[in-house]
Amino acid sequence: MKYYDKLIFDLSKAGRQGYSLPARSWDATLADIPAGLRRAQAPALPEVSELDVVRHYTNLSQMNFGVDSGFYPLGSCTMKYNPKINEEIAAMPAFAGIHPLQPSETVQGVLRVYKELAHALSAITGMAEFTLNPFAGAHGELTGLMIIRQYHISRGDLKRTRIIVPDSAHGTNPASAAVCGLEIVQVKSKENGLVDVEDLKPLLDDTIAGIMMTNPNTLGLFEKDIKEIASLIHECGGLLYYDGANMNPLIGMVRPGDMGFDVLHLNLHKSFSTPHGGGGPGAGPVGVAAHLVPFLPVPKVVEDEEGYLTIAGQDGESCGQISGFMGNFGVLLRAYTYILMLGKQNVKMVGPLAVLGANYIKESLKDCYKLPIESVCKHEFVFDGLLDQSTGVTTLDIAKRLLDYGFHAPTIYFPLLFHQAIMIEPTETESKETLDGFIEIMRHIAAEAISDPESLKTAPHTTPVRRLDETTAARQPVLRYAEM
Amino acid sequence: MAFAYFPHTEDDVRLMLDRIGVGSLEDLYSDVPQDVIYREEYDLPDALSEHEVRQYFEELAEQNTSLFCLCGLGAYDHYAPAVIPHIISRSEFLTAYTPYQPEVSQGTLRYIFEYQSMITELTGMDCTNASMYDGATAAAEAMMMAMASTKKKTRVLLSEGLLPQVVNVVRTYAKFNGIELGFIPCVDGATSYGAMLTEVAVGDVAGVLVPGINKYGIIEDFTGFADAVHAQKGLFMVYSDPSSLAVIKNPGEWGADIVCGDSQSLGVPLCYGGPYVGFLACKKDYVRKLPGRIVGATKDVDGKRAYVLTLQAREQHIRREKATSNICSNQSLMALYVTVYMSLMGPSGLRKVNELSYGGAHYLHDRLLETGLFEKAFDKPFLKEFTLRALVPAQQIQEALQMIGVFGAVEVEEGLVNFCVTEKVSKDNIDAVVGYLNEMKS
Repeated sequence: MKYYDKLIFDLSKAGRQGYSLPARSWDATLADIPAGLRRAQAPALPEVSELDVVRHYTNLSQMNFGVDSGFYPLGSCTMKYNPKINEEIAAMPAFAGIHPLQPSETVQGVLRVYKELAHALSAITGMAEFTLNPFAGAHGELTGLMIIRQYHISRGDLKRTRIIVPDSAHGTNPASAAVCGLEIVQVKSKENGLVDVEDLKPLLDDTIAGIMMTNPNTLGLFEKDIKEIASLIHECGGLLYYDGANMNPLIGMVRPGDMGFDVLHLNLHKSFSTPHGGGGPGAGPVGVAAHLVPFLPVPKVVEDEEGYLTIAGQDGESCGQISGFMGNFGVLLRAYTYILMLGKQNVKMVGPLAVLGANYIKESLKDCYKLPIESVCKHEFVFDGLLDQSTGVTTLDIAKRLLDYGFHAPTIYFPLLFHQAIMIEPTETESKETLDGFIEIMRHIAAEAISDPESLKTAPHTTPVRRLDETTAARQPVLRYAEM
Repeated sequence: MAFAYFPHTEDDVRLMLDRIGVGSLEDLYSDVPQDVIYREEYDLPDALSEHEVRQYFEELAEQNTSLFCLCGLGAYDHYAPAVIPHIISRSEFLTAYTPYQPEVSQGTLRYIFEYQSMITELTGMDCTNASMYDGATAAAEAMMMAMASTKKKTRVLLSEGLLPQVVNVVRTYAKFNGIELGFIPCVDGATSYGAMLTEVAVGDVAGVLVPGINKYGIIEDFTGFADAVHAQKGLFMVYSDPSSLAVIKNPGEWGADIVCGDSQSLGVPLCYGGPYVGFLACKKDYVRKLPGRIVGATKDVDGKRAYVLTLQAREQHIRREKATSNICSNQSLMALYVTVYMSLMGPSGLRKVNELSYGGAHYLHDRLLETGLFEKAFDKPFLKEFTLRALVPAQQIQEALQMIGVFGAVEVEEGLVNFCVTEKVSKDNIDAVVGYLNEMKS
């Protein structure tokens, strides 16, 4: 990676242009707009040539690390390989060029993708039906919680406004619940990292709307008592929400619907191979059990007896509309492409191979790093820093040193249950050689922590920039070029 | 087991299982209750080769009809320069995640900083995020931001001139979040100043959200709005099409506190409604209530200019149940479309896009009136899209246009239809459409 320090604004020179537009002119001109409705001064955007733009962004890309650059073991993010065919399908003009309000008869191919992808996701998860409208994981959570609330409201059960969230949950869980107007009841994890059923029991009453579970949880551990938890929640009249952020290890092995979950979301950008794009766009389809189908958001795709597809708008039962149109269709196309490539044969291996890689790394490093909970893990696991922390080397230092060796860092300081959490998720698309290379470097770093702790505390050394002054960035925020 | 996305040979699996100390892959699931292990065949098609997948999607594509677009209403068919997909497909951008490790994410951080600089230039605000899914959800976030930024208020007012999908989404969020909505009607195709005053005077108003260009395509005049809302200690919020802000009076100039909208009009493909990228921009006073990721400039230990995610104390992963937004996404890649687009267009390109769209839209408007199939619905200034009253059933016009491969005359309200013209539309295109409608009439 090479350092390049320019902003596109730095390249600007008055009079340059990077566009080509038709030369035509019309009789009506912007000068006809009343002066009081016109902008006083042109916006200060860069004036650059096409090559300036291409070279600038190519230079920027060379300061970035993606899955295509190297191993990216970021826990809970499922950084698997993003197949190239996905991109080509999503770019087909017959899909990418369609206006979202085009009438049903002109978009039967589009609607067929919705129908077939929803069916495939149902098959993989054991849910009755899906909405593909939610834009992201957190948006799926919010939509799922709206469905749960709408269900209780439809039954006149208005006092169910509290939701149980384990302390190991992703931060979005309590945040989504708060946005949905629910009060959060936190349940603690036991020593072994799992939800404590005994702790749960006294919380259950007729004000509980449901529980949000991540299974395997954020420690990568399967919640063994899930069926008992499911019956307890159902007995008290609540519903079970499944956070699909950690669905990858279950693909091909376990269906959340069979564990008793009523609602779930999937992160297509995690388990279903669509690219993360620097943090988005994603897609967060929500699946529900049969009794919740009426409460799915609108618009919905509806199929008649002849297989003709139409779009249904507002109805009395739905939780409402949660997206401007019908979700991130471009992302849905990529995920469906991936599922067609997998087919019923390969789908069975996704989870097992992901779990194999995680356990392999865990077993290969637990003599150097502190493994707080000794157990078979699923797709990811958490170390609580180095086994020997006497030289003061922290998880942050380890993460930064990994960058020097050409690996992306794992997720750090999450979950909050441990002070030095390092959360590692390799995914099923990484080879044994890659994992061996990572293990070797992690062992080397553990040795360096003793022999040369300073080189870790000042890492990284070889990246385009080194550690940043984040304090000043937050105290005196500079958030745009005009403020520089 | 061999499959293009799984690198494991049988030997690899054996060696790895040995290291772990278990006998089989299934033993890795020994902690899962055996009765939830799924042992049946999945109800999925057989695995396809890449070529077969391509063929399959080509078959599906044939079931779509590509239409020449004369429709707006929140998704715009502007031209996207060839450079954009080439930059987007650079996998260092495409396959990266949220820039948690800034030392190896300067590419993503830098372009988000540029995006923030450009959106704030267009809107007249001090800061923006790049984290909203689309315009409608950005409007819902604006509503929640207004609630969080004002004290003890219970209501947010929406103009009935907002696009229906925006109103619908805001309504859903408001219902579950416990926010009361009030509506300001349109009079003669624009948000009524008088009705706004009356509604605001009722009190308890955290914010008022109005469209810069409304669902009829009309450029709204907000003279007096900001003062009236501020007088009641509420926030004035504008929903904007950012492409238009290169030429029309921007929300900052109107005294807005928060601006939201969809940046799709800046180089993002129509793609049946997504992925797009919403934006939420605000004045500095409100930045601590702004959800999503924000990038700030700083330096590294060697004094090199660098960029980093900042003000993270606002975000859901820190605030958890105290959060006023659950946004975790950073709609980065879509922001890259927009940043590259704006870099290429610059101030003169964006102006020219608006000039061509404006001219074409007014030409189409006048020619459509000449057909006798329509009459004027409003007499107010518009930019690239407009509304006419159809004198025959709107459905009939829309279907007739579809016969010649044109998508337009979408009904906004009973009898009122939308048309939109971008720089992609030529005089010949318009003459052909109008000529056909004239024929149809006779």
